Amino acid sequence: MAPKTLYDKLWEAHLVQQRDDGSALIYIDRHIVHEVTSPQAFEGLRIAGRKPWRVDSILATPDHNVPTTQKERASGVQGIQDPVSLIQVQTLDDNCDEFGIVEFKINDSRQGIVHVIGPETGACLPGMTIVCGDSHTATNGALGALAHGIGTSEVEHVMATQCLVAKKMKNMLIKVDGKLGKGVTPKDVVLAIIAKIGTAGGNGHAVEFAGDVFRDMSMEGRMTVCNMAIEAGARAGMVAVDQTTIDYVKGRPYAPKGELWEKAVAAWRDLKSDEGAHFDTVVELRAEDIKPQVSWGTSPEMVVAVDETVPDPASESDPVKREGMIRALQYMGLQAGQPMTSIHVDRVFIGSCTNSRIEDIRAAAAVVKGRSKAANVKEAIVVPGSGTVKAQAEAEGLDKIFIEAGLEWREPGCSMCLAMNADKLGAGEHCASTSNRNFEGRQGYGGRTHLVSPAMAAAAAIAGHFVDVREWGNA
Amino acid sequence: MKSFTVVTGIAAPMDRANVDTDMIIPKQFLKSIKRTGFGKNLFDELRYMDEGKPDQDCTGRPLNPEFPLNFPRYKGATILLARENFGCGSSREHAPWALDDYGFRSVIAPSFADIFYNNCFKNGLLPIVLSDEVVEKLFQEMYATEGYQLTIDLHTQTVQTPSGEAFSFEVDAFRKHCLLNGLDDIGLTLEHADLIRAYEAKRREEAPWLFDAVK
Repeated sequence: MAPKTLYDKLWEAHLVQQRDDGSALIYIDRHIVHEVTSPQAFEGLRIAGRKPWRVDSILATPDHNVPTTQKERASGVQGIQDPVSLIQVQTLDDNCDEFGIVEFKINDSRQGIVHVIGPETGACLPGMTIVCGDSHTATNGALGALAHGIGTSEVEHVMATQCLVAKKMKNMLIKVDGKLGKGVTPKDVVLAIIAKIGTAGGNGHAVEFAGDVFRDMSMEGRMTVCNMAIEAGARAGMVAVDQTTIDYVKGRPYAPKGELWEKAVAAWRDLKSDEGAHFDTVVELRAEDIKPQVSWGTSPEMVVAVDETVPDPASESDPVKREGMIRALQYMGLQAGQPMTSIHVDRVFIGSCTNSRIEDIRAAAAVVKGRSKAANVKEAIVVPGSGTVKAQAEAEGLDKIFIEAGLEWREPGCSMCLAMNADKLGAGEHCASTSNRNFEGRQGYGGRTHLVSPAMAAAAAIAGHFVDVREWGNA
Repeated sequence: MKSFTVVTGIAAPMDRANVDTDMIIPKQFLKSIKRTGFGKNLFDELRYMDEGKPDQDCTGRPLNPEFPLNFPRYKGATILLARENFGCGSSREHAPWALDDYGFRSVIAPSFADIFYNNCFKNGLLPIVLSDEVVEKLFQEMYATEGYQLTIDLHTQTVQTPSGEAFSFEVDAFRKHCLLNGLDDIGLTLEHADLIRAYEAKRREEAPWLFDAVK
């Protein structure tokens, strides 16, 4: 039998029907739902008189629109100040009630960002196909699962049929061998990968991240990396199952128990690419070459190391790219040749489905501990990814560390990653953000996003500008 | 779904690479629970000089005079000519909904982001991949000729220019079939309900933990 990649195995295990034209019906094991991309899908079901095919495969939670201040959260859905957001969250509640879908509602202690609660509760498991109307669903690929974002029509399709019409993607291997230096995090690894292959580099591919760096990485770190596969153009990113995966899943609320657990683990052990499996594209990086990264432009590929300078469009030979660089510099209010450490920040955002798990919160807390937020930083918010992360952080006293340093400790949600709630940048403001996209206007109209790791964001909050965390004592 | 057979219409430019879905339809408009009405906010931040709000009447808003879709010559355009990696970013189907609601029937680019490409087909919007060189040629001809029109024929899989020159494009047979006939994917899949049930039964034996309910 020809050797297979992890993606080949996941694809084949879920194949319901292969058609002659290359398209296929793929079975979906887990469907995660949030308030923004689901209302039109539920409406479609209602109009056609359809019901979810397997209602117990669906888990819902509101995350994009929810406020993050305690004050606004205190009275639940009805307390949401923005009337349009309120309707959207209320609509999710109504739809879940109507169709009998399990939902972690706004003030449920398990509520959180879809891609945080999936793995955390064990609702998302190795070997599953997992979809959600959200491009960062690839996060779950860290479990050794095939996970990717879908549009709203597909949300309706999966609800109605438990399947997706899909075409097999190509296989890409991204291999990072060696050992990461001190202060270099999973976020820096994935930003460095995107800088190398570009935002379209992974188009049409499912990516497997392999090599020493990912083997040594924690599950949460792998989630950060897989999360941003989409920023490299790949719908799905994944990491093979190993002992780290199994240890992570064990004991989670929805994880299998007892005999079933043993059986599942035995099956999961095979969730890796076979020796000699064929990859259509292979990209290799050396861990030692990766430094803490900071984005300077308006696309996640516009990234440099913190000890570098803002690039010069004049040195770009491709005219379309050069034009893009000039426009990005103008939007960002930066000069070519300016050191990255000279960029002052107005706001700091630590959170999002990329970096809001307990390890991220700990890394940020370690940097700010015993220090104070710089006076020029108007606001620095720390938004845990879920109620569970929040409770854990508070049990460790991390909330107090942030508050003492002058940062704000918030309620869980997507928050300033895409600013659908009240957390947003003002025009022209620079933000050190642990989120995943630095598109124009993403964090607020006219806002200027710099993508960084949690430690780098925390250090910027203290210094008031970007600094190299490797030069900080306890980073 | 609306069908797509032959479309002849004015081509308009979106002349930059990596146009992301936040640019196509900014997040504040995603709060709608409807599928329609997004056209007036298509490319909102580029099209208007002020910050757009949900449910706002846009007729009195200041237009950006430098944004091509505001030029009289591109009024009524139904074909958008774009650059590489169009539609990158989020999975929001609001992006194709906004293009469709504005009146576009097709987007032509050298490449598209995967999720956006897929979403287009669900909405009667045809994304067409042509080579860099051909797209560049179309851009040049469009800029040089006011009222420049293209004819897209999905049957023959061709894009024809006013001079009669035709360029062929690829499209999956299944997607083409659905688009030509305006077919609803869900109905088609449910014709195979027996296959889905058979798969489920077998899978439930092999990997019962995948069927544990969330509760």
